[in-house]
Amino acid sequence: MTDQAYNFAYLDEQTKRMIRRAILKGLAIPGYQVPFASREMPMPYGWGTGGVQVSAAVMTADDTFKVIDQGADDTTNAVSIRKFFEATAQVATTTKTSDASVIQTRHRIPEEGLTEGQILVYQVPIPEPLRFLEPRESETRKMHSLEEYGLMHVKLYEDISRHGHIATSYAYPVRVEGRYVMDPSPIPKFDNPKLGGCPAIQLFGAGREQRIYALPPYTDVVSLDFEDHPFEASKADHPCGLCGAQDSYLDEVITDDAGARMFVCSDTDYCTGRQAAGHKGKDAA
Amino acid sequence: MYVSVKGGERAIENAHAWLAEERRGDTDVPELSVAQIREQMALAVNRVMAEGSLYDPDLAALAIKQSRGDLIEAIFLIRAYRTTLPRFGCSTPVDTGRMACDRRISATFKDLPGGQLLGPTFDYTHRLLDFKLAADGQAPDPAPKRETTGGPVPHVTDFLNKEGLIEDAPPDDTAPPDLTREPLEMPAERALRLQALARADEGFTLSLAYSTQRGYARTHAFVGELRIGTVPVEMEIPELGFSIEIGEITLTECESVNQFTGSKTEPPQFTRGYGLVFGQTERKAISMSLVDRAMRWEELGEDNVGAPVQDAEFVLYHADNIQATGFLEHIKLPHYVDFQSELELVRKLRRAAGAAEMQEAAE
Repeated sequence: MTDQAYNFAYLDEQTKRMIRRAILKGLAIPGYQVPFASREMPMPYGWGTGGVQVSAAVMTADDTFKVIDQGADDTTNAVSIRKFFEATAQVATTTKTSDASVIQTRHRIPEEGLTEGQILVYQVPIPEPLRFLEPRESETRKMHSLEEYGLMHVKLYEDISRHGHIATSYAYPVRVEGRYVMDPSPIPKFDNPKLGGCPAIQLFGAGREQRIYALPPYTDVVSLDFEDHPFEASKADHPCGLCGAQDSYLDEVITDDAGARMFVCSDTDYCTGRQAAGHKGKDAA
Repeated sequence: MYVSVKGGERAIENAHAWLAEERRGDTDVPELSVAQIREQMALAVNRVMAEGSLYDPDLAALAIKQSRGDLIEAIFLIRAYRTTLPRFGCSTPVDTGRMACDRRISATFKDLPGGQLLGPTFDYTHRLLDFKLAADGQAPDPAPKRETTGGPVPHVTDFLNKEGLIEDAPPDDTAPPDLTREPLEMPAERALRLQALARADEGFTLSLAYSTQRGYARTHAFVGELRIGTVPVEMEIPELGFSIEIGEITLTECESVNQFTGSKTEPPQFTRGYGLVFGQTERKAISMSLVDRAMRWEELGEDNVGAPVQDAEFVLYHADNIQATGFLEHIKLPHYVDFQSELELVRKLRRAAGAAEMQEAAE
């Protein structure tokens, strides 16, 4: 890419202004999906174009940018997006959660608590939490405006009556400030408790579906549940094999042909930080 | 001993290098030039321009070269480039009545003012492989030429309209919405639907049109007229206060004429479907006109029989191949976090199911 041929952070200023307006509207109405005129980006729809547009719209030259995919900084698409902004915005990048001012993520919230002044940008594939219950956008928008969320509760109830549990393990729906039901993007439900009361700004961008939504700092976010079946954040019942962490979300890695497996932190920054501080798991060298 | 995988960055660079090598292929074979693609793969270029929504044969040819002939990838390259271009304004509506036609046929009248003009069509070729082309071919003999009268060629539907046999389509000066600048919202008016169809995937549009022919919301369509040719594009320049010609583009226009026995609100008459696409792209233009007609069921007071093509929301949200292919192919990206949480859930459900079975067996 000829870096000088494009504006700072790729998008032209008009487009950024349009996106910022959508972000501000989203912040003003937490959990509400704001339609925006998503642009074609030089990476495919479904690969983070919504997140990239939101990041491009909020990024300044002084920002430090971090990108994670599945919690890791070095997964291929995270590398690709980081390089995109290195090339088009020349911003500093980091893998350290606490050093970043803008973090773009796919499918995870970092383990380390976020702080005021940070922005967490989520890549969202299907922003509509009701989509798999009602495929029509015209219908789901109506359901949101009428606060008609009975269908969602029926779905969760049916799960319990059939399986004894709510059979949703990621992209677990939440209710924002007692009003909008929101899809938190496909994060594992383990991450859901980090959505509420978060000191950082959380922005959600869905490029293909042309929607932006937001959680301002310290927003009240509740995972949907029932009194007798309270929400439970779950993860693999193991410590991390490398750093020994008991409190982090784990990936399961198959280590040999016989199917032996170990569990490691999905958040690579968290795991390496702990290892550097001397923590050791049972599989560490 | 497990070491977490690093090196995504190097893997990407190496993959790109390999891709570049594969794109070029055997270097003993001369490289294709962009001009060769533009001239000799013109219909591919046209499709890329149409679905890329950018009229530039050279860029479309470059995109085809870069994408190794994957046309959807080429369309994507064009779209991603197009969206970075500044927008100076809108042209005045092009007048297809003034088209310099290379091809103009009507299936509804044997002869008509302006005549039937086959033009460069595959229609009556026998689909036999021409092995002469495989040898180093010589340029074909020039096709016979004749003088044309020039001047405007009237639209077939105008003749029908004079008799009141076809629904009227009065001119409308409302500025159409811009799909590329505003998010698509439902319900979509006809202008917006047509805009979306003009850049819709050819295959998807074709299949939908075909489904209406086979009876899913049947619209018995005739090609009232199909014309292909060049039209001037004019733009009003505010400083000048009048419009000037800024270029010329090739368009394919299809007006289908559809049987209509009348409804509660409309008298028996012929109805219209419309297709307009960049370049010589007649399969797409005809398909578009059938799909357009089928989606007009509501305004014409027809029944919704639940056919896919009548469902504007279904059609418009799934017609864009760049959106579709991106989302489809994103499932190649790592999903191990979601998958892990699903694993945990399935294990838990299986344990519960297993326990229940044991219980039953014990009882």
